[in-house]
Amino acid sequence: MSAYLKQDEPDNVNRLDHMRQGVLGTDASRIEGLLKVTGTAPYAAEYQLDDCLEGVLVTATISKGEVTAIDADSVLSMPGVVAVIDDPSLTARAAQGTAGEAPAQPAREVGYFGQPIALVVAESFEQARDASKHLKVSYRADDDVAFDPEAVEAEPQDGATSQGDLAHAMKEAPFSVDVTYTTEGHSSAAMEPHAAIAQWDGDTLTVYASLQMLNYNISELADSLGLDEDKLRLVSRYVGGGFGSKLGVSEETVAASVAAMELGRPVRVAMLRQQVLQCIMRRSETRQRFRLAAGEDGKLTGFGHEARVSNLPGESFAEPVLQSSHFLYAGENRELSMEVARIHRMTAGSVRAPGEAVGMPALECAMDVLAEKCGLDPVELRLRNIPDRHPANGTPFSSHKLAECLKQGAEAFGWDSGPRSPRHTREGEWWVGTGMASAARVHNVGEAKARVTLKADGTALVETDMTDIGTGTYTILAQTVGEMLGLPVAKVLVELGDTHHPRGPGSGGSWGAASICSAAYLACLALRETLAKRADVAEEKLELKDGAVVGGASLIDLLDGRDLAEEGHYEPGDIADDFTASGFGAFFARVRVNRFTGETRVEHMTGAFGFGRVLNTKTARSQCLGGMTWSIGAALTEAMLFDPVDGHLANCDLAEYHVPVNRDVPDLDVVFVEERDGAASPIQAKGIGELGMCGGAGAIANAIYNACGARVFEFPMTPDKVLAAMPD
Amino acid sequence: MRPFDYQRAEGIDHAGQLIAAENAVAIAGGTNLLDLMKLQVETPQTLVDVNRIGHAEIEDSDDGGLWIGALATNTDTAVHPRVKADYPVLARAILAGATQQLRNRATTGGNLCQRTRCYYFTNIDQPCNKRDPGSGCGAIDGIARLHAVLGTSDQCIATYPGDMAVALSALDATVHITSAHGKARTVPVRDFHRLPGHTPWKDNVLEPGELITGVSLPAPVEGTQIYRKVRERSSYAFALCSIAAIVEMDGDKIARADLAFGGLAHKPWHDPEVGEVLVGQKPGAKLFDKAADVLLRDARGYGENDFKIPLARRTLAAVLAEATGAEL
Amino acid sequence: MSSENTVSINGQPHALPDDPRVSLLDMLRHHLGLTGTKKGCDHGQCGACTVLVNGVRINSCLTLAVMHDGDEVTTIEGLGTAENPSALQRAFVERDAYQCGYCTPGQICSATAMLDEIAAGWPSDASDSLDGPMEVSTEEIRERMSGNICRCGAYANIVDAIRDVAGEPA
Repeated sequence: MSAYLKQDEPDNVNRLDHMRQGVLGTDASRIEGLLKVTGTAPYAAEYQLDDCLEGVLVTATISKGEVTAIDADSVLSMPGVVAVIDDPSLTARAAQGTAGEAPAQPAREVGYFGQPIALVVAESFEQARDASKHLKVSYRADDDVAFDPEAVEAEPQDGATSQGDLAHAMKEAPFSVDVTYTTEGHSSAAMEPHAAIAQWDGDTLTVYASLQMLNYNISELADSLGLDEDKLRLVSRYVGGGFGSKLGVSEETVAASVAAMELGRPVRVAMLRQQVLQCIMRRSETRQRFRLAAGEDGKLTGFGHEARVSNLPGESFAEPVLQSSHFLYAGENRELSMEVARIHRMTAGSVRAPGEAVGMPALECAMDVLAEKCGLDPVELRLRNIPDRHPANGTPFSSHKLAECLKQGAEAFGWDSGPRSPRHTREGEWWVGTGMASAARVHNVGEAKARVTLKADGTALVETDMTDIGTGTYTILAQTVGEMLGLPVAKVLVELGDTHHPRGPGSGGSWGAASICSAAYLACLALRETLAKRADVAEEKLELKDGAVVGGASLIDLLDGRDLAEEGHYEPGDIADDFTASGFGAFFARVRVNRFTGETRVEHMTGAFGFGRVLNTKTARSQCLGGMTWSIGAALTEAMLFDPVDGHLANCDLAEYHVPVNRDVPDLDVVFVEERDGAASPIQAKGIGELGMCGGAGAIANAIYNACGARVFEFPMTPDKVLAAMPD
Repeated sequence: MRPFDYQRAEGIDHAGQLIAAENAVAIAGGTNLLDLMKLQVETPQTLVDVNRIGHAEIEDSDDGGLWIGALATNTDTAVHPRVKADYPVLARAILAGATQQLRNRATTGGNLCQRTRCYYFTNIDQPCNKRDPGSGCGAIDGIARLHAVLGTSDQCIATYPGDMAVALSALDATVHITSAHGKARTVPVRDFHRLPGHTPWKDNVLEPGELITGVSLPAPVEGTQIYRKVRERSSYAFALCSIAAIVEMDGDKIARADLAFGGLAHKPWHDPEVGEVLVGQKPGAKLFDKAADVLLRDARGYGENDFKIPLARRTLAAVLAEATGAEL
Repeated sequence: MSSENTVSINGQPHALPDDPRVSLLDMLRHHLGLTGTKKGCDHGQCGACTVLVNGVRINSCLTLAVMHDGDEVTTIEGLGTAENPSALQRAFVERDAYQCGYCTPGQICSATAMLDEIAAGWPSDASDSLDGPMEVSTEEIRERMSGNICRCGAYANIVDAIRDVAGEPA
């Protein structure tokens, strides 16, 4: 039995359901938990290296142009200052996710205000930070730089859908909706600022960094530095949140590396919080027009979704706003198209659930408007519009749990399917109302390798360069391997985030869990083959539990003093073209809106999700809670505010970029809808890191309308926007 | 952060001597000063640590009022039995601001001197007349969401960001100040903060070398005390608009209405005419609107913050309705 | 070492740094290798650096180390170890009251002090009455823990973990 699988066919055998250990799918606590709660889990900036220098990035004070001179002497005489690094290898932006090659170089070519252009290195952080503010830089600044995405011509994107005659369908339809929503830019704002420590021994560079996808990052960094990959080691054992912002190698990692190689001493570079917001990938703002045409029965006859997003010139990424709109609802007449405005704000890239995070809430608001027009319960409207197959390309769904999510979610929430009209409930100063939305997030998988070693002492070791960015990778790998090899979780050691290990898929696009656990599963299948032979049974009949063959020999006996290792190698196959695979769900929210001030507070939220096999109920629930919390931020508070004069990010800190705080988040209920999706992965699992925010903000927006009668068409729905739309 | 000379004052007189040095700044909690020093918005040559000079006491005054020492932390003040009992608007205002961690360090004196949160003030790569006189105001044609609608100038539209001082303004507190020469003076808190005018770099009337020693509150008055803060997040956010209100009813008429407003101006906004409109009248929607007309008669928005004008009107109505029991 | 010009960290005296610019946070992380205390924003806007100074929770990023001559500082490392975790540390693991773990030490330091503050009858913005006794209700916990941002969105579980501990018999 090979430990390699390119999945071309669905796997509906569900081997994992027939294993004996019973640890997969449980609520096992995180195996690294005690390290996190005691502050002993090391993050990138926390490795203690002797003689380590401190670097602070210097950022551009123009929006477009080039650095013509950097006067290193202006700071070299300052106490402790060791060097000014302005090597052409320095990168101007972070790499886009899965780029696998160097991002834009050199840093001297400025594309946005706040772009890193140089690094000041000193003996202490205090010295470097001070000197970074004193470095004299000369620029040639371009005139007539575009900052406003609405003020420039936009480029059409490939991949548009045009089917039937939407305009005609709109005209003929008894019910139609033509509405436009806007969403503001979002920042990932992970709690751990981007940071790296680089150490060069004259031959090999070791970099402790905060990155999500070491399998790509190693190529990106090697390419940036002109170094062979085998001379490079990346370590990211703990990542203090990524949410897309650490997908590609970023400026501080390259700068620390260049400095360490130039100076022959370890160099630590951590972005200042303001730099994190100014330099890392933003989620593009969006403008989205929906045209929905429905018959008397509420069934869609036409579906239009046109979106405008923005990015820097030359960046290939465009916030994929239409991603789930392509398949979520029926409607034979379809127009889906996107355009990209080229402007000089920082790079637009992946921020948690790129596309659906802003596309789904807007779509779900438009559906709410349609439900009202049709006089249909919004849950019922959605149930009537679930297509049998992909409405454009006709592929079957690998598995589809939207209806179950809508029904189970409605029941858990206590959804009232009776007639709806705004302002039905007032409690003191507050209008109280409810709203709902569907959830959808396309399913992805990536190539993944993991080595599983059964140690002679009867424990197992899992090794891969896969990362755990808070998602629970450590734990679900221990559970998967424990399940397959009949070991309790405590007997499985998991080592992640080190490029000395086999290449994992990286954490991103919600693909990590299904991909890396599939690789580990394959390695375990191969190990089981060997064990089965030694136990003299067929692999399919091999029952392992608590370190022994059930009713037979122990693993230690079967191993007979020697370790046994297999590398699992999973690769997505043609199956991706044969099926449309997606996670689905439904959100239900109750909010209160202050009738005087327009302040909105979420009182309760329920999310029901179907995302294939649940590997760990505790960590999967946490992923859903996180997504729902982000939904609250996207609905009510999060907006990047760009200066109209020079395009800089005005609210570049955590005081003024408003991510939700504890008090913003009410009781949240999560319902898992039972599902096995054999076409999604060999372990029948799909991703859950993003689904929890793909539509949630729409449920909140719809609840605002139901509470107070304000139809707001702009996210986030801050008090000013709610008041402006609130009827007297 | 630029290098500085760190000096620890051992007493108020010693502090006075140290603060007389060129470009010397006192540090108490440091929650605002160090924030700004890291950004090089503040670049003192000497930092005078006043944390060990005493003046942290909160005690009854002879006139029935209360003395709050300059070094009393915001927490000390908010949890003090007399503050809770007699000046609840002050406790509420403090608790509505920042976080417990910050309130545990922030002091009375420091909080009065808190500087604006204007995005352009805190970013040294941007123009700001307050930080860099003559460089211009980035906010007027820029992102002005947080900014003032009352008492602005063509030089500066920043707001005073704090909550505590808004309550102190409604309470008509007095700020006590000493100088290097031991010369003491008092300033009504309503006159302590300035409007920007042509000197936006001057937040308040403190002169170089002066230190706040404490704040005195007058004897408590009857009435309902409310602090209402409108903010984007439910906690840990600066006010879009806030109101400190002390309202006393006499039968069905308003007998007293001491109101101060945060988030609208370069200072806690106190306009005695707003109270005068209300006093002696029966509460109701029309009256509250009239009070708002007076409050906002010279209000001016800068595009992004236009919403603050109707928001202030509506928030005032909500506060007055709550204080008077009027149905709206 | 005398207490003059030293600060006690988790019971151990440490000399104050020569450079007065060093924040208490950077002293812990850079000078002492106590990296359990996290730098999330360095401006008092996130709470990841929360430590206890003389039993009171503060942001260690917004205070200079030299200002803490003679003070007793307790960091996450002083609250418990993997071998002997505190009740809150155990509850955070059990309730999955974290994800990436970066804000977690600050959350736990903050929660440790918060329970004392509630016991002492300190009111909060969420308290109906300014006078005690104060309840350990979800609304109180949410407001009092709002100075600790968790971008992963583990708040719901953080509240549960704290309630578990607050509900434990003494």
